[in-house]
Amino acid sequence: MTTTPVLEAIDETLETQGRPPLNVIYEWLTTVDHKKIGLMYIVYALIFLVVGGFEAILMRIQLAIPNNHFVSPQVFNQLFTMHGTTMVFFMGMPILFGVGNYLVPLMIGARDMAFPRLNAFSFWISAFAGMLLYFSYIGGSGLYAAGSAPDVGWFAYAPLTSKVFSPGHSTDYWTLAVFLSGVGSIGTALNIVTTILCMRCKGMKMSRMPLLPWLYLVMAGLVFVAVSPLTAAQIMLTLDRYLGAHFFDTQAGGSAILWMHFFWIFGHPEVYVLVLPAFAFANEIIPVFSRKAMFGYPAMVAASVSIGFISLSVWAHHMFTAGLGPAGNTFFVFATMVISVPTGIKIFNWLATIWGGKIIFAVPMIFMIGFLFQFLIAGLTGIMLSAAPFNWQLSASYFVVAHFHYVLVGAIVFSLFGAFYYWYPKVTGRMMSETLGKWHFWLFLIGFHLTFDFMHVPGILGMPRRIYTYEAGRGWDTLNFIVGVGAIFQAAGTLVLVYNMIHSYYKGKEAGHDPWDAWTLEWSVPSPPPSYNFAIEPTVSSRRPLWDIKHPEDPDADYE
Amino acid sequence: MTTITTASRIPIDGPVETPWKLPYRGNIGMACLIIAESAIFIIFVVAYIYYIGKSLSGPTPAQVLELPIFGTICLLSSSIFVHFAVSSLRKDNLRGCTLNLAATVLLGTIFLATTAQEWYHLIHDEGLTIKTNLFGTTYYSLVGLHATHVVVGLIMLSLTLGLSLTGHVKEEHSEKLEVLSLYWHFVDAVWVVVFLVVYVIGR
Repeated sequence: MTTTPVLEAIDETLETQGRPPLNVIYEWLTTVDHKKIGLMYIVYALIFLVVGGFEAILMRIQLAIPNNHFVSPQVFNQLFTMHGTTMVFFMGMPILFGVGNYLVPLMIGARDMAFPRLNAFSFWISAFAGMLLYFSYIGGSGLYAAGSAPDVGWFAYAPLTSKVFSPGHSTDYWTLAVFLSGVGSIGTALNIVTTILCMRCKGMKMSRMPLLPWLYLVMAGLVFVAVSPLTAAQIMLTLDRYLGAHFFDTQAGGSAILWMHFFWIFGHPEVYVLVLPAFAFANEIIPVFSRKAMFGYPAMVAASVSIGFISLSVWAHHMFTAGLGPAGNTFFVFATMVISVPTGIKIFNWLATIWGGKIIFAVPMIFMIGFLFQFLIAGLTGIMLSAAPFNWQLSASYFVVAHFHYVLVGAIVFSLFGAFYYWYPKVTGRMMSETLGKWHFWLFLIGFHLTFDFMHVPGILGMPRRIYTYEAGRGWDTLNFIVGVGAIFQAAGTLVLVYNMIHSYYKGKEAGHDPWDAWTLEWSVPSPPPSYNFAIEPTVSSRRPLWDIKHPEDPDADYE
Repeated sequence: MTTITTASRIPIDGPVETPWKLPYRGNIGMACLIIAESAIFIIFVVAYIYYIGKSLSGPTPAQVLELPIFGTICLLSSSIFVHFAVSSLRKDNLRGCTLNLAATVLLGTIFLATTAQEWYHLIHDEGLTIKTNLFGTTYYSLVGLHATHVVVGLIMLSLTLGLSLTGHVKEEHSEKLEVLSLYWHFVDAVWVVVFLVVYVIGR
C-alpha cells in the first residue's frame, strides 16, 4: 500500500454554495454534467409520477361504487389515455434513464457520458414532449375552443385515431409527444451504449463490468429496435392525419391490424426496457445486503442478453383476440413462454445470492424482497395470459390490467424505491430515515396488494377494462371498492417517501462516501460526487474493486 | 492508513495485462444511430411490402414507375468517393480529400435531382399523390424518408466540403470524417433495399 499516492482532489463544486439563485438556475439549464442531467430526469419523472398517480386516483374514485357519476365518460377516456401515456413515456423511461445517467459513468469509472451535449439535448427534448402532451388540455381543440386531452387509449388503435373519429388536435399532441419522447430515448440510449463500450476505466473488461451497466447496455440496445418502430409508426399516423395518406385508413384498403403490429413491436420490448433497469438495481442491492458476491454473474449476463433477444419475438401475444391463425398463435405462445426461462434463471440467481448470506434488512433490501416476491407472481399471471385460449377469455379485462400493474408497480416501482434508498446517500451525502422508510414500505406494500391482488378477481368475473362505470349487483362492487382503498394506501406511502426525501436532505445523518460498505466504484468517491467524478482515473482488476481495496489480503481477482 | 480515504486507495498503477484500448466513440455512436434508423426503415419497408397490390384504385407501380438506373449509379458511386476522401485525409492528402468530397456532394445532388424529376413526373403527369391510393402513400413515404436522409447527409457533406475548401480540415480529423462516411454508406445501403423493394419486387 505504500506505493499508492494520496490523491488531493480539488472540488470546485463546493464553491458553488451561496451563489445568486439566477446563476444556479442558469447552470442547471445549461449543464452537460451527467449527474445533473440524471437528477433533472428523475425530478421531471417524479412530477409526472404525481400527475399520473393523481389521474389513477380519479379513475379509482369513479369506479369505487357502481353507477358513479364523479367524472363523465369523455373525461374517463382522457384519464386512462393520459395515465398510460404519462406513466410509460414520461415517468418510467425518464426515471430509469435518469438513474442510468447518474450511475453508469460512476460505476464504470468514467468522468461523464460519451456525448454530454447529446445527453442534455435528449433530456430537454423529452421534457418538451411531456409538456406538449399536457398542453393538449389547453390547445387540444385548436385556438378557438377549450382544450381536450387525447382519449384514444395509450395504444391508440386505428381507425380511432383517424381525423373522422378524432377531430381536433388532441391526438396530434399525443402523436408528437410520443414521437419526440422517442427521439430523446434513442439519443440517451445511444449515449449509454457508447459510454459503456468506449469509456470504461483501465482494467474494466466487459467480464468485470458491474451488472448494472451490463443491463443498461441490453436495455439501451432494446430501445433502438423497440422505440424506433413506434417513431416510424407515429410518422405514418401523422401523414395519415395531415397529408391524407392511407396507412391505417381501412376505407382505402389500409389495415388497422398493421398499426397493432407496429405498436406492439414497440410495446412488448418496452416492458423489458422498463424492467431491465429494475433487475439492474436488484443486481447491485441484493449482494451488498446479503454480504455475498453475486451468484452466477455470467449466467445473469447471458440471461439478460437472451431476454433482450426473445422479447423481440413475443409482441403479438397482445393480439391473440385479433385472430392470428393457428401458426401465429403457436409461435407467439411458445416464444412468450420461453422468455420465462431466462427470467427464472435470474430469480434463482438472486435467491442463491441471498441464500447463506448475512442478510441485512435495511430499507433497500426489504424493497428488494418485495420486488422478488411480486415479480414472481407477475410472471406467473404472465404465463397464464400467454396461453392463447386463456387469453381469449380474459383479454381486455381487469385481469390483464392487474397483471401488468403487478409488473410495473410490484416489480419496477418497488425496485426503483429500493434504489432510491440505496443511492440517495451517494447523491445527497445524507442518509434517509430508516423508520420512515419502513413506514413507506409497509404502507405501499399493503396498498399495492389491496389494489392489485383484488383487481384480478373482477377481471375473472368479466369486468372489461376502460369502462367508466358498471351496474350494481354483478359481484364487482366490493372488489372495486377495496381496489380504491388500496390506492389511498399507496398514495399515503408515496407521501411518506416524499417527506422522507425532503426531510433527510436537510436533517439526515451524514452518509460519508460508503455508508453500505459496498463494492462498486461509485462508492469510492465523495458524496455527492464532484463534477469530474474521479480525480484520477481508477484501475480495476476484478468485479468488486472496492472489495479488493478493503481486503488486499484476499482480493476477488484471485477467484475470477 | 486510517486517514486515507477509499478514493485515494484505488491502485492507479495496478498491473494491466494488455494496453487499454477502447473503440472510438464516434464510430460506436454512429453504429447505434444506424441500428435505430434501420429499425425505422424496416417498418416503412414492411408497410410497403404489406400493401403491394392492395391499392383499391390506380395507378399501379407497373404503369408509372421506371427504373432509376442513372440516379442509382450516381448515388452508389458517391459511396466510393467518400471512402476515397477518408483514405486521402488519413494519408494527409488534403487536396485529394477536397476533390473526393466535391465529387460525393455532386453525385448525391444529381441523385436528389433525379428523384425530384421522378416525383414531378408522377405528380404532374400521372396524377399520383400521397392521397391517391396505398401505392402513393407507401411510395412517397418510403422514398421520401430515404430522400430526407440524403438531404441530411448532403448538408453535412457540404459543410465538410466548405471547411475543407477553407483549409480547416486536417489529418487529425480523419476519424470524424470516417463517422460521416459511415452515415453516407448507410444511406446508400438503404437505397439498395428501397430500389429492390420499390422498383424490382413492387413492380
